[in-house]
Parts: sequence; C-alpha cells; structure tokens
Amino acid sequence: MTVVTDVVCPLCGSVCDDIEVEVEENKITKVIKGACAVGKSKLQGHERIKSPMIRVNGVLKECSYDEAIKKAAELLAKARRPLLYGWSSTVCEADKVGIALAEEIGGVVDNTASVCHGPSVLAIQDVGIPCCTLGQIKNRADLVIYWGSNPANAHMNHMKRYSYISKGYFLPGGKKDKKLAVVDVRETSTSKMAELFAQIEPGKDFLLFSAVRAVLMGYEDIVPDEVGGIPKEKIVTLANMIKESRFFITFFGMGVTQSRCRQNNIVNAIQTTRAGHLHTKGAIMPMRGHYNVNGFNQVCTWETGYPFAVDFSRGFAWYNPGETASTDLLGRGECDVALIIASDPASHFPADAVKHLARIPVIIIDPYHNPTTEFADIVIPSAICGIEAEGSVYRMDNVPIRVRKVVNTDYMSDEEIVERILEEVRAIKEKEGE
Amino acid sequence: MVEELRIKNGVVYDPINGVNGERREICIRDGKIVEDVMNPKVIDAEGKVVMPGGVDVHAHIAGGKVNSGRIFRPEDERRGREPKTKVCRSQSGYSVPNTFTTGYRYAKMGYTFVMEPAMPPLLARHTHEEFIDIPILDKAALPLIDNNWMTFDYVKSGDSEKLAAYIAWMIKATKGYGVKLVNPGGTDAWGWAKNQGLNDESEDWGITPAEIIRALAEANEKFEMPHAIHLHQNNLGHPGNFEMTLETYDVTEGVKASKDRSVTHLTHQQFFSYGGTSWKDFESQAKAIAEYVNKNEHVSIDTGTVILGDTTTMTADGPMEYSLYQITGRKWTNCDVELETGAGITPFLYSGKVGVHSIQWTIGLELMLLVKDPWKVALTTDHPNAGPFIGYPIVISTLMSKKRRDEVLSEIHSAVYDKSELPSIDREYDLNEIAIITRAGTAKILGLQEHGKGHLGVGADGDVAIYDISPEERDAGKIQRAFMNTKYTIKGGQIVVKDGEVVAAPEGRTFLVEPIFEDEEIYKEMLSDLETKFRDYYSVTMRNYPVQDAYTPHPYVIKAPMAK
Ligand code: SF4
Repeated sequence: MTVVTDVVCPLCGSVCDDIEVEVEENKITKVIKGACAVGKSKLQGHERIKSPMIRVNGVLKECSYDEAIKKAAELLAKARRPLLYGWSSTVCEADKVGIALAEEIGGVVDNTASVCHGPSVLAIQDVGIPCCTLGQIKNRADLVIYWGSNPANAHMNHMKRYSYISKGYFLPGGKKDKKLAVVDVRETSTSKMAELFAQIEPGKDFLLFSAVRAVLMGYEDIVPDEVGGIPKEKIVTLANMIKESRFFITFFGMGVTQSRCRQNNIVNAIQTTRAGHLHTKGAIMPMRGHYNVNGFNQVCTWETGYPFAVDFSRGFAWYNPGETASTDLLGRGECDVALIIASDPASHFPADAVKHLARIPVIIIDPYHNPTTEFADIVIPSAICGIEAEGSVYRMDNVPIRVRKVVNTDYMSDEEIVERILEEVRAIKEKEGE
Repeated sequence: MVEELRIKNGVVYDPINGVNGERREICIRDGKIVEDVMNPKVIDAEGKVVMPGGVDVHAHIAGGKVNSGRIFRPEDERRGREPKTKVCRSQSGYSVPNTFTTGYRYAKMGYTFVMEPAMPPLLARHTHEEFIDIPILDKAALPLIDNNWMTFDYVKSGDSEKLAAYIAWMIKATKGYGVKLVNPGGTDAWGWAKNQGLNDESEDWGITPAEIIRALAEANEKFEMPHAIHLHQNNLGHPGNFEMTLETYDVTEGVKASKDRSVTHLTHQQFFSYGGTSWKDFESQAKAIAEYVNKNEHVSIDTGTVILGDTTTMTADGPMEYSLYQITGRKWTNCDVELETGAGITPFLYSGKVGVHSIQWTIGLELMLLVKDPWKVALTTDHPNAGPFIGYPIVISTLMSKKRRDEVLSEIHSAVYDKSELPSIDREYDLNEIAIITRAGTAKILGLQEHGKGHLGVGADGDVAIYDISPEERDAGKIQRAFMNTKYTIKGGQIVVKDGEVVAAPEGRTFLVEPIFEDEEIYKEMLSDLETKFRDYYSVTMRNYPVQDAYTPHPYVIKAPMAK
C-alpha cells in the first residue's frame, strides 16, 4: 500500500488539489482526506466501458482500439459538416489535438460551455469581468455572495477551501470574520448558512441585479417596494453589505446563466460588481461545473482566437454562437457526423438536438457509459484523466493545475485516441490527394 | 544529413561584432554560425540587408492576461484572419493574435526571440502552455516577484539572503528568466482597490515600493543573472509622472551589477515620461528622461512607442487599467492573483485626433532619438499596450525618416508642436542603429549575446533576417514594407520565411535561468517560510505549484551561479 498526496480531483470546477489517497495493487482503495463525497466516489471509480465497440446491425460489438479508431477516422474524413463536442472533462492536451482535428476536417469544435456558462462568456465579451483567483477571496473577501448557485451540493469543498468557511490572511477568524449572502429561487443547504437570503422569483434575476445596482449607484429612490419578490428593505441591506465590505465576491451559477435573460443577467451582474467597485473592492466569478470546462475555453482561445463554438468550414476560425454552437448546428439538422468526447449531450441538449444526434453517426470517447453511448455507433473507452492520465486543467478562476496520474491503465488516454484519429484522417486525406 | 547554408553577397549589419554594413558571407551548419561550409544551400542576398534574427525585449504574447484579452475581444480576432495552409495553422487577431499567428508574424518580420515580460507565478503553467503553441520563436518569460508576500516579508525584515534564496526558488519553480516588477506595492494594494506611489508606506506591510525595488535589485545581483531586474515602476500613465520616474531611477543607483549590463531595465518608459498636472496641460518630458539615461550607466530602457490605432491594453498594474477603463468606459477585465500580483485589461484607441494621444506618440519616438547611445534603449511597443508588435516596421521607418515624422506630425493633433520636442529633432537612425535597438542591443540587455542571440559571430545561433532593401534606401514606405516581410528569415539554420511567406514552422525553445543559491541552511529556512504561506494562504499546494518539465519540451537552461 502506498499513500499518494497532492492528488487533484478531476470532477468539478473547484479542482481541489490537496487530496490524499491510498493505492493498493494499482487501485485507489481509499481516499484519506481532501475530497468531498462526490469527488471521493469519482476517485474510487465505478463501472467502466470495457472495450472499444462498433455498432453492427444495430448492436454494439466489441473490437480493438485500432479498428474503432480507423472507423472513426473514416467517418470523420468524409464528413461534410462534422461536429466535435465535449472536451470539458478531459485535459487541455486532448483539447489541443481536438482543435487540430477540427481544423483538419473543416469541422465545428465546441464544448459544454454551450449549455452552461456560454452566456457568461458572451457577457464577458460585452463588458469584461473583474475577477481574481480563489486564494484572493480566501484571504480578503469579507462578503461572499452565491447567486443562483448552491456550492454545498454542487461544489462541496468550495466554501471550505476558498470562500466563506476558509481562514485567510486578513480574515484569520474564517467565517466569524466573513458574511454570506445567498440569492436563489429556493431554499438550499447554502442559503441556510447565510446571513442574508433573498428567495427570488424565477426569472427575475435581471430585475434584482438592476435594483441592487441602482442602490449602489445612489438611485435608491427609484427602486420599487418589491423586486422579484424581494422587499426593497432587503435589497438596500444587500447593497449596504456590499458597500460596507472591504472585498466582496459574487459567485454565480447556472441559476443565472440558464434562466430568462441569460447573458443579459450576467452583463447586469458584472455591472453590479462594477457599481460596488465605486465603494470598495469587488470581484465576480462563474461557478464552472466540469473541472476543465474552462481549460477548453482557454486552449480554444489561444489556438483559434475564440473560446468555443468555432467553425473551421471556411479554413479559418469562424465564431458566431447562435449559428456555430453545437446545439445550433444540431437544431438545424446540419451536422452529419459527431464526435463526442468526455460528455453526455443526450442528457443535456435540447430535445431537437438530441433527436438529430440520434439520427447521425456518433463516435463517443469516454471512460463511462452514459445515455449518449446508448445510441453511439463507435464507442472508444479512455483512461480517466486525473487518475490514469495526467495533463493541464484550468480551475474556475483560471489557475492552471496539472492533474496527476495516480495508477496505471491499459486504456488509451483521450489525447492518444484523438491523436491517432487525427493521424488516420491525415493519412486518408493524403491518399485522396494523390 | 548535415544542413548547411551560405548567405552570400549580403550587406551585413552585426553590431555586436562591429560589422556595420559590410559585404560578408554568413555560413551556417547544424543551426549555428560557422566559418565555412562545404556543401551548402546558397542564398544570394545581393544588394540586400542581412541582420541577426530580431530579439524582442518586451512583448505580452502569452499567458493568462493575453488570453483574457483574446477571450473578451472577438472583434479583434476577426481582424487579420487567414485560413490554414499546409504549413500554418489558421490565423486570427490583430492586437491579441492567436498563438500560431504570433509566431508567424514575428518570423515574417525577421524576429526569432521574444521575451514575455509578465508571468504571474501562480499562472506560469499557462504562459508555458501557450509558448508550446507559438511556433518558430525562441521564448522566455519573466515571473512577477515584486508584489509577492514572501518578498514583502523579507524586504520588511531586511533579510536579503533569504530574499535571494526566494527569487532563486521562484525563477526555477516558474521556469522563468529573471525578476519582473510591476507597480511594486501598488498592485498588492489594488487588492483593496488602492494604489501606491514610490515612497508611500504600505498599510498592510509597512514597506515602500522604493524599498522593494532596491531589495530586489540587490537580490538579483547576488547571482550572475543574464538580465537586470525588469521594472514597470509605480505611477504609470499619469500626467506629471516623470518626476517619480527620475526618483525611481535613482533608487538602484550604486547597486553593483554582477555582469556587464544595467542594474535596472526600465520598460515602456513612454508611459512614464509625462509632464503637466492633468490631461489638460499634459506634455512630453522625454527629454528629462533621456538626459538621465544619457548620464547614467545603471539603467537601460525600452520605449513602448505608440502605434496610432486600436489596441488592447493589459498589464499586471491592476489599478492603472481600472483608471484607464474609467476614462474610456469600454470593457474591463481584472484578475487579482493571490499573494503575488494582479492584472487588468481594457481596449484602447490611440487617435491622432486627440491631443494627449498625439503627444504620447511623439514621446516614444523622442526617447529613442534623444537617448544618444542606442545600446541603452530598445524598440518596443509594449505589445499590445502602446500598439501591436506588427507596428514595429512603422516605428523603424519613422526613426529612419525625418520626412515621415514631419508628415505624421502635420496630420495629427497640433498640440504636438507645443508639447513635444519631436518636431525639432533632426536625427535619423541608420541601419546599424536599427540593428542595435531591435536585436544586438536587446540581446545584450537580456544577456543573450552569450547564448547565441543578437549577433552573427561564429558559434551564434543560425538566426538570420534578410531584408529586401538596399542599404541606401531612405523611402519610409519601402523601409516599412521591407521590415514587415523579410526576403528570408532563417531560424536555427532552417529557412522559415521566404518572400514574406512562412515556409516552415518548427517548434521553438524556451530559455530558462537557474539561479544557484549556495547556502543550504538559509535556503531551508526560506522553504519553511514558504511552506507556511502555502499551507495557510495559497489555494494550491506547494507540490502542485512548480511548473513541471512537460511544459518546456525544448528547454535551454542558463545557470546563474552566485556572483563573486
Ligand atoms: S469540491 Fe469538486 S473538485 Fe473538490 S473534491 Fe469535491 S468534486 Fe472534487
């Protein structure tokens, strides 16, 4: 038995990196400390796809990696409008190869941001974002606001490691020195801990941001008696908490990005942070879900100029979410082959997009079975990044961390699989060119 | 197979070796300059200008804030897009180009080395990941060590040995090249939305920026570091800041350099050479700055010359970017980095219609024309802050042609005639001086001449730029075009650009410095202080912090032993 320290959890955007595990016979047998319940369960592993498979006469049949990769490459090489989607629960090294593959075949490459924090990206492109790393929050933020996000369930270590419950240099007393405010449509385990909880009516976030912003900018008199179900008094209290803080942070989740007004909510949230900045120091941060959803956006940006929804059909990178995002493409029934990696669109895409996906050839690369594998035509199992394969990931605050390889595996890594597909595609194209 | 190359008949400018416009042959074997070759491929450079590959001393080309700039400016990415070719990846961007484009465009201008001057240590991996994706160029990065709480502790306690031990650790951990300072003290104060002047005492730490600068300069000189401390001082971009600039220069006077170079390299001094008391009576004080540089040996500068037009500003100077954003009301991104530094980004338009911008444009040129010794001043645009690096050929032609300067002066805001010396300066740079401010001098400032950069002597890297221009050419337009697209660029003996087209895109190397701190006891004590910082205040563990070797697939390591 060996103990491995400083293991990095490959699950949520918190990317906890102080985990200790016991390894016995090339298996993580115990998580000693550091991980939350869901992190633990991922680290200890569950049911895997056993072998590469190709669908023959409607049934998935086991095959070799070589066969699956070759077949995948053939499909992609002759595709007219291929989509390469997912990329958020794998490492940047795999993302890079994926972007090169998309470029090679003139495809569209897109990640899960399309259906989670895509609106946040659009808002940032509109107004920018005052942000910071999570340690800055731990050390300085005496007011923590979670808006439309419930870390106690979705990012379980977040408060303990980085925000309300953590102790910091200027806040040695931890939560004794800090205040917590929560805005959400329902009571949550997080809201129960908050000094101020505003239970907002669904879809009214935009209005509430506007009201808080008005108070911060000195227009308290124009705020009505009630906004989105929140009495004016409470709105003024929240604004005053911001004004009186030395450093405030707003973490926002999909409750804000995926509800009515979408990116406009985030623009307003960011402008509210700037309004707070007139009085004190403030920052705002999206609670990114998958551990490397941000990493794909980073890599895609430095390699193509744009963070997601990049269309290479013109030879150069073309970006126009609303036209070039995966759901747009599928919704229009345009796409003729899809490569899905490290994600499960069947569970998260709108119905019309899933319907189209089910009609076309689908290649999936993933360690686990999921509803998308149910209708996939080629299934390629991969090593689990952070456990069986190493590489870069970007935490929700843009801090890059290298996830570790803790145990050995016979599974190929995502990076190797996509690289092999790319090589095969190039070989096919070269032959055709002759 | 041995790769050999002979460049014949060219007119060579190699200032480090005292070659000033002579017809010489350049021979390359296995990537290095040699005396002679047996079976070479021959390039006939008849009538053309031959220089060492360009060396950029300061350009923000990779890392967290560059990428944040890209992310929030899709409108910039749409400028300059080009489809993938057999050799090149697809291209996007103007002031914040994608990584591949950065490599191609520099190579087309004849550059082969670029220094990324602001790497937040906690985000160092990001900078190196982007480096891997910048083809052709050799690169290095300077970690920001000045707003660091470890540095503050040791400045406060006066523990210069531990400070030296710490910078050694930090430069190694980040795979960096030297010591970078950006608004020392001020960027940390921005954690509370405050800022600091040179002699203001910090409320939290009880030290002044001047003390930080001096201490880091002394710590840097404890090693035989190739480069001086690289300083973006306090108070950037404010009217009247030239006085604090001169005071800042004085701070490191008397510190003894461990190598033949300046003690402090002061970067993009255009932004620090401002007179007046407000934007209304804003004026150039470039003359005062240049006079100081002329008289003193402990400083070198680069200019941060303005390119008129739209760009993206970005710096670790968080408070400065915030005030800029307040002026323009355009989009603004900020990123404070725990215990270490920060960053701000906002787009900016330098308009010839605006008096202040026009004067700023003159200042960057005045600095280069008024500093007499070209070895002390380097051409930069602080890419992309004062303008994108692809504006260099414009600056070169403007320095070489008084006529072009007069044309521009007559077109921009007339304030330049009262508030700047530029209209009265007649000096024109010659090609030898251009070679100094773009490669020979910059290589020396960075200590790279010992490592094969900035010259064409035997043993140097086979990095050569051949410009399709006669040495006698005075026409600014022709000069600009020639410096924009080389006839040939050769990198490590390989032709990478031919007739202005990228024909090969090999991977570049990463240059890293390894300072060797000798006293093990002191080093251990420093490490135990550092462990406390990680345990209590950082959001990552100390073992996950250092940049792994995987991020520098082609390292070139420079050892920096303790100075004698
Ligand atoms: S909070 Fe997220 S990253 Fe941390 S252990 Fe839990 S699932 Fe993993």
